[in-house]
Order: sequence, then structure tokens, then C-alpha cells
Amino acid sequence: METTREGIVCSNLDQMDVVFDRTEVLHDTPTSYCPGCSHSVVHRLIMEVVEELGILEKTIGVAPVGCSVFAYHFMNVDMQQAAHGRATAVATGIKRVLPDKIVFSYQGDGDLAAIGTAETIHTINRGENIVMIFINNGIYGMTGGQMAPTTLEGDVTSTTPLGRDIYRQGHAIKITEMAALMDGSYYVTRQAVNSAKTVRKCKKAIKQAFQFQIDGKGGTSYVEVVSNCPSGWKMTPIEANKKIDEQVLDYYPLGDLKTPPKGD
Amino acid sequence: MGKKLLMKGNEALAEAAIRAGVKGYFGYPITPQSELLEYMATNLESRGGAFVQAESEVAAINMVYGASGTGTRVMTSTSSPGFSLMQEGVSYMACAELPCLLVNVVRGGPGLGTIQPSQGDYFQAVKGGGHGDYKLIVLAPNSVQEMADLVYLGFDLADKYRIPTLILSDGALGQMMESVEFPEYNVEEHLVDHSSWTTVGRENGREQHYITSLHLLSEKMEEINIHLQDKYKKIQENETRFEAIQTEDADILIVAFGLSSRSSQKALELAREQGLKVGILRPITLFPFPSEELKRLAKTVKGILVVEMNAGQMVEDVRLSIGSNIPVDFYGRMGGMIPQPDEIVEKIKSLSKQVKNLAG
Amino acid sequence: MAKIHGHVKIEIENCKGCELCVNECPQDSLKMSKNINEKGYHYAVLNDDTCTGCTNCALVCPEAIITVYRESKTAKEKIATITDVKNNISISVN
Repeated sequence: METTREGIVCSNLDQMDVVFDRTEVLHDTPTSYCPGCSHSVVHRLIMEVVEELGILEKTIGVAPVGCSVFAYHFMNVDMQQAAHGRATAVATGIKRVLPDKIVFSYQGDGDLAAIGTAETIHTINRGENIVMIFINNGIYGMTGGQMAPTTLEGDVTSTTPLGRDIYRQGHAIKITEMAALMDGSYYVTRQAVNSAKTVRKCKKAIKQAFQFQIDGKGGTSYVEVVSNCPSGWKMTPIEANKKIDEQVLDYYPLGDLKTPPKGD
Repeated sequence: MGKKLLMKGNEALAEAAIRAGVKGYFGYPITPQSELLEYMATNLESRGGAFVQAESEVAAINMVYGASGTGTRVMTSTSSPGFSLMQEGVSYMACAELPCLLVNVVRGGPGLGTIQPSQGDYFQAVKGGGHGDYKLIVLAPNSVQEMADLVYLGFDLADKYRIPTLILSDGALGQMMESVEFPEYNVEEHLVDHSSWTTVGRENGREQHYITSLHLLSEKMEEINIHLQDKYKKIQENETRFEAIQTEDADILIVAFGLSSRSSQKALELAREQGLKVGILRPITLFPFPSEELKRLAKTVKGILVVEMNAGQMVEDVRLSIGSNIPVDFYGRMGGMIPQPDEIVEKIKSLSKQVKNLAG
Repeated sequence: MAKIHGHVKIEIENCKGCELCVNECPQDSLKMSKNINEKGYHYAVLNDDTCTGCTNCALVCPEAIITVYRESKTAKEKIATITDVKNNISISVN
């Protein structure tokens, strides 16, 4: 399928190399995500990493409850669907009985930082050698746009119609900073996918996280991806990605919060 | 093998599980079953399994879910309040058809309750304690020997039918010490090949396996439910187990499981000494319930006395099963109290009188 | 005629009209079509020949429906021929 009805036609395509193509580790199924949703981008990055690292035959993912509950319909690896908040417990169960496999969990902000907080803290505390992917878009998308633990002060959601008030609803929680403080975490980083530049960096970080697991490095590798929710934020994808640059990243700055000690 | 050991119920169960090939134990401490967790902590990893003391029962059951999805023999154990916490995970596992062994060493409730034994979780166990239409295979031991024996059976049934199987024990059985002999059991011969559905990585590039209990399309969800119900029917037809003690000439039939069956056995002795023809039907599988055998016995006995350590739970299934006019009486102690043999004999006597009056 | 250094192909039926690729293209080569696909979305198209094959669009595309091509080094225009290397090296410029 390609654009031939309109737009430019290339005269010397046969003299060109393909420098970017859709990875085979994504299902052909079009995603059910909203236009512009960061989930789709991160799914793609994880699958590209799985393909490039050659770990398709031993990768098992755990899908959360939330917009990405059907992650297994898009990511073409063995996956288990976990109860809300429990993805890292499920991942622990898999990794403990099959320690040679590569296991990753994929969670939204409600899953990881609300109902699953105990599992999040204790999985990291035990230093489970898994990759945790945290999609932080400051809202509960699947259920209609309610406040998340990471919703910023002042942001309007369906359960904070007047904007989040820190005295009534608490602060936006800095769970990734908590993860970095724990001895069980090995690599903790915060990335974004709201521009080509951040996408490139994010992919590098995800690849690093998986490589650490392949190398059997003790401890949990944790990648937070500051993401958008155009539908929940009631913005266009371009506006939503701009909000990340102009507002969200001030509170949740990008970069590595914890890197392994040198020589490790 | 062939050696008689003196062991505590909880520990006998744990030892049996290790011999039955359990390779993953995920649990949380709670009285009166913490010894099971501790036995696993001490012994499982040196004998080839993975042990995790989870942060809660909620986490534990989800670890069991994940590990079970790899086709590994796994289990957890808890007591009543902890089993309540696990219900969501159990419902998910029942729907996703994940085999595992669960153990509930029941204590007095409701609420935080007491640590003394009880049978107050019968409904929760056999009617499906979590949401949705599902059943678990429920096995009820009444001795330390059965705490061990039913583990082998439990794992085999769980694997055969892809169903979470529950051992419904109680605080006394968990704590008491009796002699136990572990049978010969070749794990390899009993393991089932689950490779058609397990999530272990797309080996040799095979197509993706995924495990889920989410089926948004109602037509599909109904299909899944019909499949589950068919499975439960098959289990009902093939896996019912019970013990019948002197039932063939009984006038009064005691129906009791677990610890209450032990008191009832003593009561039977005392009653028979006094010339009363008493028998005991002891369900070993609570699901599937021995309805057929009960129906059969209801034709020959004159009255049924159900003895439980609760407010009257299994008695409802007894009444449902027999569908006849013979009196069904109930004797129960709650909150951790154990029915005593002499109390049961009194009830047998009064039921006998009642039955005689009805006849005459 | 200007040289095309890069090119993209877009699976327009799976485009959801998010416009992130249009926004990200440093050459402004991409544009949203006035037409809609079967799902009702306006889709992105390559509008002129200034594409350099930088892959920015494909990187931000949530649907992974963009394939990016870039001129390979072997396809450069011949500018000179070197002959008779053993004896006299002679170079003739085209």
C-alpha cells in the first residue's frame, strides 16, 4: 500500500536504499490507538529493539490494563495480559521460573503508580532483572480521561474539572525518582517520543535497557516515556507534543536518573 | 519413600509439593500457614525451584499467574483473608485456564477473625469466590497424610484440565503433627506438555502465544464461558472423590469434610456403641460435589446430619443434591470452635428421635 | 530537474491524519491531502521533491506506515573516467 494517487512520484527509486521500514515484529494490524498517540511509537521502538538484538525467540512481554491492554495484538511477541497494576508481579513470576528469557512489562501511569505502586516498588526493590516500560501521559485514557497520579497541578481532567488542586488531590507523583533511589534499580531513565530527536534518544535508552537484561546485569532497568494523550488532553497531536516540551518536561525532566557504575 | 515421618500438616504439604515437581512458590506470611511459606523458603531453591516472598497476597497470585503461563508447576498458599485478596487473580486464572495449586488454610472469620480453624470459606471455594462464572477443583484433606496425598492429585488435575485447583484445609490440619508417608511419584511421567499455548518466547519463530482473560466481543466471551462450563461438566463426571464409612446399613448419615469429619468419626464410634446405625459420607472433592452418591444414599438412610465449622454452607449443597423428603439437620460451630464428638452424638440422637417420630 | 535525494512511501489507508510527520519534516516536503482515506482521515503525502530521506517523519509516525528511501552512494553521477592505469593514467572529465 502506498501513495500513488497523488504526491510526488520518484523517478529513481531503484537507485535508492531503504533506510527505514516497518519492523516485522509488529503485527500487520492497524493499532487501535488515537491519532498521534505515543503508545504506538513506543510499541514500535520496543519491537525494533527486540528485532535488532535478536531476542525475538526468548522475549515475553506483559501487557497492562489501560489503552494498551491489547498490546499483544500489535506487538508480535509472546505476551501475557495482567490484572490492573500487577504487570510487574506477573513479570516477576515469569522471570523467576524462566531466568534465561527476556521479560518486559509495559504499563501506564495508573497501572504503575496508582493501583500497582506496591508491585512497582517491590519488583524494583527485589532488583528483578526485567525491563519496565512506563508510559506516563498524566491521564487515564482508556476509562475516559480521569486524573492520574502523574497529572500536573492545574490540569483539567474528567475528575479534576477545575484543574488538579494539590491540596485536595495531592501532587503529581515522582515515582521514577523513587525508583532511582532504590538499590534494586540498575538503570533508570526518562525519555520522550514527541519529536524525531527524542524518539532517537528513547530508542537508544530502550535498547540499553534490554541489553542490560541480556547481559544479566543485576537490577531492574526502568524506562519512563513521557507521553501524550491527545484525546484526554483535548488537543491535536502536534499541540499535545508541544505541551510536553513546554510544560510536562519542566516537572518531569528528561535524562538518566540512574546509570550503572562505571566498569560494570 | 516407604518411610513414615512425623510432620506438621503445613510442612507435609510443602514437602509433597516439592516432590510433585513444583518449580515456583510465591506466597505471603499469614497465620496459620506461614510454616508452608517458610518450608519453601528453606527447601525449594536448593531443590530446583524459585521462591519469592511477595509483597502481598495480591502480588503473590499474580506472580503465580505469570509463572503458570510458562507451563511450569507453581503454587501459592494463604489463609482466609489472604485468599480474599487473591480472588481477582484466581478469577483471571480460571478464565485464562492457567493450571496451578492454591492452598487455603482456613481460619475463623469473617474479617480478620481468629487463627483457629474454620470451614467458613466453603462458599468462597466452591461457588467461585471471585467474579464471574467459574469453578475451581476443590480438595478437602482431613489428615496430615491427605495434606500430602492431595497435593499430587491437585497438580495432576490442574494440569489435566488447565484449572486452578484449591486445597481447602484449615488451621488445625495445618498445625497438627501426624505420621505421613510420601508415595513414589515420577514427576516426568506426570507433567503435561503445555507447549501449544505457553508464553516462553517465539521459539523457532513460531506464531505468537498470548494469555488473556479479556474478550470484549460478547459472542467470544460466551464461547469461552460455554467452553469452561463444558469443562466443569467433564470434571463433575470424572473426578468426584469421597470416603464412605459404614454407609451401607446407616440410618443416620453424617456428611462432613475436613476436620469436622475427624470429630464425626469419633462420634460414629460412640453412636454405634450405643446401637445407633450411623454412617459418614466424607466428600474429598468439594467441587465436584458427590451429589450422585448422596442421592443414592438418600434412598436408604432415614436422616442426614451435616456437621461443619461454619454457619451452614455445605448443608445447602447436600439439600440441593438429595431432592428428597428425608430430614437434613445441621450442626455447626463457628469462629474457630471445633465440633466435639459428644456434641455430634447428641445431635445424632435427636435426629434419630425425629426420624422415628416421622416413621411411626 | 532537481535531484531527489530521498523519498517516502506512506500506507495512506492506515494514516490517521495526526500530522506529526508534516510537523517534523525539516524540508516541509510533506503535506496533508485534501482527500480522505477509507477510515475518514486526511492522510499525509509527499508534496515535493525536496525529501532528503532523513527519516524524521518515520521516526515520529505512530502507525509505522512510512518507508523511507535515500539515494545510495553508488548512484552518483559519473563525472570522470580513468583509463589505462598500468601505463599512462589518463583522465577524461565528462
